[in-house]
Amino acid sequence: MPRAILYDSTLCIGCRACEGACAERWGLPYNDKIAAEETISAHKLTTIVTHGDHFCRRLCMNCLQPACASVCPVGALQKTAIGPVTYDAAKCIGCRYCMQACPFQVPTYEWSNRLPRMRKCDMCSARQSTGKLTACAEICPTGATFNGERNALIAEARSRLGAKPDQYYQKIYGLSEVGGTSVFFLSAVPFEQIGLRTNVPQEPLPMLTWRVLEMLPDVVSTGSVLLGGIWWITNRRAEVARKEGPRK
Amino acid sequence: MIAAVPKRLPKITVWRAIFAAILLSGAYATYLRVVYGLGGSTNLSDKFPWGLWIGFDVMCGVGLAAGGFTLVAMVHIFNIKQYRPVLRPAILTAFLGYLLVTLGLLYDVGRPDRMWHPLVMWNPHSVMFEVAWCVTLYSTVLFLEFLPIVFERFGLHKPLEWIHRISVPMMILGVLLSTLHQSSLGTLFLIVPEKLYPLWYTPILPLLFFVSAIAVGLAMTIFESWHSARAFGRALELPLLSSIARVLAVAMSVYLWIRFLDLLHRGVFGLLLRNRTETWLFLLEIALAVVPTVLLYRPRIRRNPAALYACAVMVVFGFIANRLNVGITGLEAGSGTHYIPKWSEVAVTLMLVAIGFAIFRVIGQYFPVFEAHPAEVTPLTREAEEADPLSVG
Repeated sequence: MPRAILYDSTLCIGCRACEGACAERWGLPYNDKIAAEETISAHKLTTIVTHGDHFCRRLCMNCLQPACASVCPVGALQKTAIGPVTYDAAKCIGCRYCMQACPFQVPTYEWSNRLPRMRKCDMCSARQSTGKLTACAEICPTGATFNGERNALIAEARSRLGAKPDQYYQKIYGLSEVGGTSVFFLSAVPFEQIGLRTNVPQEPLPMLTWRVLEMLPDVVSTGSVLLGGIWWITNRRAEVARKEGPRK
Repeated sequence: MIAAVPKRLPKITVWRAIFAAILLSGAYATYLRVVYGLGGSTNLSDKFPWGLWIGFDVMCGVGLAAGGFTLVAMVHIFNIKQYRPVLRPAILTAFLGYLLVTLGLLYDVGRPDRMWHPLVMWNPHSVMFEVAWCVTLYSTVLFLEFLPIVFERFGLHKPLEWIHRISVPMMILGVLLSTLHQSSLGTLFLIVPEKLYPLWYTPILPLLFFVSAIAVGLAMTIFESWHSARAFGRALELPLLSSIARVLAVAMSVYLWIRFLDLLHRGVFGLLLRNRTETWLFLLEIALAVVPTVLLYRPRIRRNPAALYACAVMVVFGFIANRLNVGITGLEAGSGTHYIPKWSEVAVTLMLVAIGFAIFRVIGQYFPVFEAHPAEVTPLTREAEEADPLSVG
C-alpha cells in the first residue's frame, strides 16, 4: 500500500521541529542560522516557509510518476512501491537533469563539493519500509505533518475540508498536480498564497518525453530502410552511368 | 642549453596573443572547476542547474557539428558528388565538435569520473540516456569517418581498404544517430512545460531542432570554407558554395515556415506584444534567421563571397541565439531566477572554441582534408572578398 504525507498548513505553528528531525535523520548540521534559512538546499532538505500569517512546508513531493526518475540517465532515482522516490548517489553522474525537470524545483546539489551529490527528501524511505513514520511526522507536535497510507490520507483530508468548510480553501494540493503526488497540502488560503506552484500541469510529465522517445525504434528502422534504399538507387544510377560510359 | 632553443621563435601576432590569453584564462578556470567544484567555477544554482556549458558548449556545439552528417548524407547517400570537396572539412568540423562537446561535458557534469555510467546503467525512459548513447556512438562513427584522412596521410592502404568496405552502413548509421541526437537535444526540454517560455516551448521542439541543425550544418560548411580559403590561401569553391547556399535557403525557409505554423497553431503571437526580455530575444533570433534566408534567394548575394559569408554567419548566430534561448534565457522566468554566467564559464567556453579552431587549422595544414582542386577561382572572387558585406544586397 503506497504511503504519503499530509501537511495541513492550518495546524502548523511554525515550530520547525520537522526541520530538526529531518536534519538528524540525514546527519546534517542544524542550528539557529540554518533554521532561519527558509529555502531547501543540499544541507536542508525540508523547510518551513513563512507567508504572512501562514506557514507552508517545502519537501520532495515524491510524485506518483516522478519527472526526476524518468529523466535520470542512469536510473539513480526510483519510485518505490511504498511511495518514496529514492536516490542512489553511487550511480549519479551529476547531469542535474532531475533538477531541471522537477516542476517543484526540489532537487538540490552540493555545489561546493568536489564529489557532489544531488540531495532531496526521500520521505524517509528506509524508516517507512520498516513500518516507522517519517521523522518529520513523528516529531510534529500538532499533527500538521501526518504520515500514513495514501488513500487514508486523502479520505482524512476530505473529511477535514468537509468538517470545517470555512477554515479551509476547498482543495487538496497534490491530488492531481503532475498526475498526483505523495505529499498533500491543505491550506486556509489559495495555494499560490503559501508559495505552492499552481501552474504545474495536471498530467504526469514523463509522458511528454516518452511520447517522442517511444518512436525511436520506428524512426531508426524506417530511417535505415529509407537511407539504405536511397543509397541503393543513387548508386545504381552511378553504376549504370559508369558502365554505359560517357554519353553526354 | 641556449643552443636547444629554436632559432626562429614563433612570431607574436595579435591573434596568437589572444589565443594565448584565452588558453591561460581557460586553464585558470579549469583549475577553479577542479579544485572548487561547480560552485566555485559557475553561477549555477539549485533553481538554475544548467548554464552556459550546456546551453552553448553542448547544445550549440552539437548543432554546429551538424555539417558532418548533412554532407555525408548529400555526398554518400544522395550521391551528389559535386559537394565532395567540402565533405572532409565538414567531417573534420563535426569530429572536433563532438570531441569538444565531450570535453565540455567533463566540465559540466558533477561527476565526470562516472561519465561511462549511462552505458551500463540503463534508463530508456530518459532523454539524457539517449543523448549519452548518441554522443558516444556518433563520436565513434565520426572517428571512423575521419580515419581515412589519417590513413591517406601516412599511406596506409590496407586499413584504408578495410574501412571503405564498412563505409556505407557506417555512414547510414551516422546520419541516423545524428538525426536522433540533434532532435533529442530538443526533446530534453519537453519535460519543462511550465518553465520554458511559451515562445519556445512546443511539442515539436525535436523536429525544430533537427531541421535547424541541417540548416546550420550547411551554414557552417560555407563558414569554414571561407575561413580555410583565407587561412590556407586556397581558392574559394564559389560555384559549389553558391549551390550549397541554395540548399541552405530552402532549409531555412522550411524551418521558418514550421516555426511560424507552430506559433500560429499554439496561438502565442499575442505574447509578442509584451515588452519583456523574451520578446526581444525572440525577435533577434527570428531576425537573424529571416534576413539571411531572404538574402540568399538573390543570385547576386550567392555569387558574392563576402555576402555569402555574412549570410552564413547570420544563420550561425541565429542558431546560437535559438539554442541559448531554449537552454538558458527562456528558462529564467519560469525558474524564478536570473542567471549570468561566471567569467570562468565563459573562459572555458572560449577555450574550447579556440582549441577547436587551432586543431582544425593544424589538421587542415598537415592532413589531406582539402582536396586539390583545379583553380576554380573566378575573377570576381578576389575583388569581392574585399567588399563590405553590408554594402551588398
